[in-house]
Amino acid sequence: METVRLSVYRHDPSVEREGKYVDYDVPKEEGMVVLDAMKYIEKHIDPNISLRWNCSAGKCGSCSAEINHRPALMCKTRVDSLKEGKITVSPIAAYPLIKDVVTDVSENWALLKRIPKFTPKEGLEKPWKMSQVDIERSKEFKKCIECFLCQNVCHVIREHDTDYFGPRHVVKAASLDMHPLDALDRSEFMNRDAGLGYCNITKCCTEVCPEEIHITDNAIIPEKERAVNAQYDPLAMLIRSRRNRSGRK
Amino acid sequence: MSYMSSKYIKHETDVLIIGAGGAGMRAAISAFDAGARVTILSKSLLGKAHTVMAEGGIAAALANVDSKDSWEVHFSDTMEEGVYISNYRMAELLAKEAPERVRELEEYGALFDRTPEGTIMQRAFGAHTYRRLCHVGDRTGLEIIRTLEDQILHRDIKFFDELYVTKLLKDGGRVVGAVGLKLNTGEFYVFSSRAVIISTGGCGRIFKVTSNSWESTGDGLGLAYEAGAELMDMEMIQFHPTGMVYPPGVKGLLVTEGVRGEGGILLNSQGERFMQRYSPKKMELDARDIVARANYAEIMAGRGTIHGGVYLDITQKGPDFIKKKLPSMYKQFLDFAGVDITKEKMEVAPTVHYQMGGIKVNPETTATNVPGLFASGEVASGLHGANRLGGNSLADILVFGKRSGDGASSYVKGVSPGKIDESTVSAEIERVEAFVGKDGLNPHEIAEKLAESMSENVGIIRNEDNLRRALKTIADLKEPSTRAGVQGGLKYNKGLLQALELSSMLTAAEAIVRGAIERKESRGAHARSDYPKKNPDLRKNIIYTKGGNEMKLEWREVPRIPDELKKLVPEEVY
Repeated sequence: METVRLSVYRHDPSVEREGKYVDYDVPKEEGMVVLDAMKYIEKHIDPNISLRWNCSAGKCGSCSAEINHRPALMCKTRVDSLKEGKITVSPIAAYPLIKDVVTDVSENWALLKRIPKFTPKEGLEKPWKMSQVDIERSKEFKKCIECFLCQNVCHVIREHDTDYFGPRHVVKAASLDMHPLDALDRSEFMNRDAGLGYCNITKCCTEVCPEEIHITDNAIIPEKERAVNAQYDPLAMLIRSRRNRSGRK
Repeated sequence: MSYMSSKYIKHETDVLIIGAGGAGMRAAISAFDAGARVTILSKSLLGKAHTVMAEGGIAAALANVDSKDSWEVHFSDTMEEGVYISNYRMAELLAKEAPERVRELEEYGALFDRTPEGTIMQRAFGAHTYRRLCHVGDRTGLEIIRTLEDQILHRDIKFFDELYVTKLLKDGGRVVGAVGLKLNTGEFYVFSSRAVIISTGGCGRIFKVTSNSWESTGDGLGLAYEAGAELMDMEMIQFHPTGMVYPPGVKGLLVTEGVRGEGGILLNSQGERFMQRYSPKKMELDARDIVARANYAEIMAGRGTIHGGVYLDITQKGPDFIKKKLPSMYKQFLDFAGVDITKEKMEVAPTVHYQMGGIKVNPETTATNVPGLFASGEVASGLHGANRLGGNSLADILVFGKRSGDGASSYVKGVSPGKIDESTVSAEIERVEAFVGKDGLNPHEIAEKLAESMSENVGIIRNEDNLRRALKTIADLKEPSTRAGVQGGLKYNKGLLQALELSSMLTAAEAIVRGAIERKESRGAHARSDYPKKNPDLRKNIIYTKGGNEMKLEWREVPRIPDELKKLVPEEVY
């Protein structure tokens, strides 16, 4: 039987100082994805391997990993799309390791809590009316499945210790800001508190998004532009200075 | 409030919610808004629950597209499709309250597709009289989850994700908490609560071929059953007519009814449009059970495809139309199967999709027969009867999710915290730990044997011999399931998790099979080749309870429908 060799990162940080790659040979099936091979290891070779997956259909964003050192969803990476030789599977590097290929992504919930929530304009007549054209921009961002691959490739997050929330969270802010009936503008918050200024638009996040959201062009750049406009708009500056004088924030 | 003992972390709350899909999250919001302290637990990461996979939409009689629609028609459709064993009051509440729940979701920030007038768009779906499904393209479930998640995160609701509850705790007759294992840390938790809501979803994973995601192992069914709750209608399992068959990794994955809604036709390997023989009038758009059985019959008759399905063909609509109307199906087939559905036919076959039965609840409050225990969503029963209408499950989780939050928060006002029995907690922790760090039977192999037997013997058309065979498999696996063993520790040990899931999976499977043997007729999703007719004497519900060492089954009359509601529903035909 034809087999495929996987080299999987195994490490329990609470027990071992360092991890190691362990090779597994898995029977190859037609149309097999990397997650199928990992599930085979879990079921038939080592039930103790830690693996996170839910829908196995590209809809939940649970099985993020680095496959041959490139961030991807295991459930959507076909084995036959990878070059010959063994396939390495390792955890996404931007987050603390729990065990093997599973990481702790919980800091994202803490960040999401800080982004001001959807706040409808006052005095809207019910039921609400919106046109399809007006909801399309926000809908693009709502495709996000929170796989956090964009966070993983973001070099600001990987290599620098800043307060930048990361691409996922800019997408979240943009999805709310571009809601036709939302009353807030989160760009100032994103700039001031969420470190948006650190992003130098290298577009790495856009390249890895499995939902093909144009993160940089459609979310990050517009949020940056709005923040800058608000900062340097003479009228806005005047209003801000008055507010500050009257002691309000 | 949390504090640690040597063995576990203790956490106190008013309302404990097990499960963070649509129903659990909606319950958390209403319980919190009613003033209760709320804690919500999730087996997977927050926001990954099976609800994200829902595609078609939420059924709600807003009458935005078809002005003749009303709650009365939605009620009637639901009762008729449930083949007259639904709880009329649940169907009535669903039909009346779904529109309000949809508008409220919009006020929480959900963005539904719009009509040209700017109101919420509604689409047609099988067996709904009018166009009724409010939707967000084909990602309605994702929108619900993300919207509710946002609401949870911006309230002071405690959540623990990747936490698996292994046992409910009782003080005398009432439920007062739960024991669980936090998978990502390997720590035990003991929750002391005045009420518990179970919203854990279905049990599709006890079948080999299912559209259900990883979590759906019937956990809540097992917890409630062990705590003395009544289950109902467990024999009713819905098969969706069209699941993917190839490649193996995605076998069972849903192919939305929308493909047929947009003009897709079903063909056998001889190129025949076989629905002409099964349903000449409604063709591919007949009810789910009829289309599913037709697909199955063609495959069984040797007219299936090479991978064991039938063909679903929408190529005649052309690439532009398909990419616009069915974008995620286009992507799904291209990514997983390497099939371009604008040029090639899809291969599809029936797949286990939904559990109509579950924990028996009071329609007003979702309370079970066990004080302090509530249930909502797919794990609860009564609304869908013998068959579920597409779109009614998303309406269900919103309407009855809210009701369970209201019901539980109102209940806790009148009760004091219960006493947690330390010896029960210690025994439970020991039971869990006993699976770890040793050689034993491979839990995944036990689960696989169960799933294979269920798919082989408890399929879309059932008969006594096969059901007995499945029952024997279940009985034979019970004892080995307690001897499962896995190496490693408590932290993120999926083998351990599988070992723990086995008991609920076996309970769910046993109930389904025993009920299917007991119901000697064909009604809705339950089809028997040896009893192909519907029997008026069996227009009843089957109740399942834990009695001594074995499962007890009991026939119970369907609640009598008041005359003013009865006149809305067509008479049942035999």
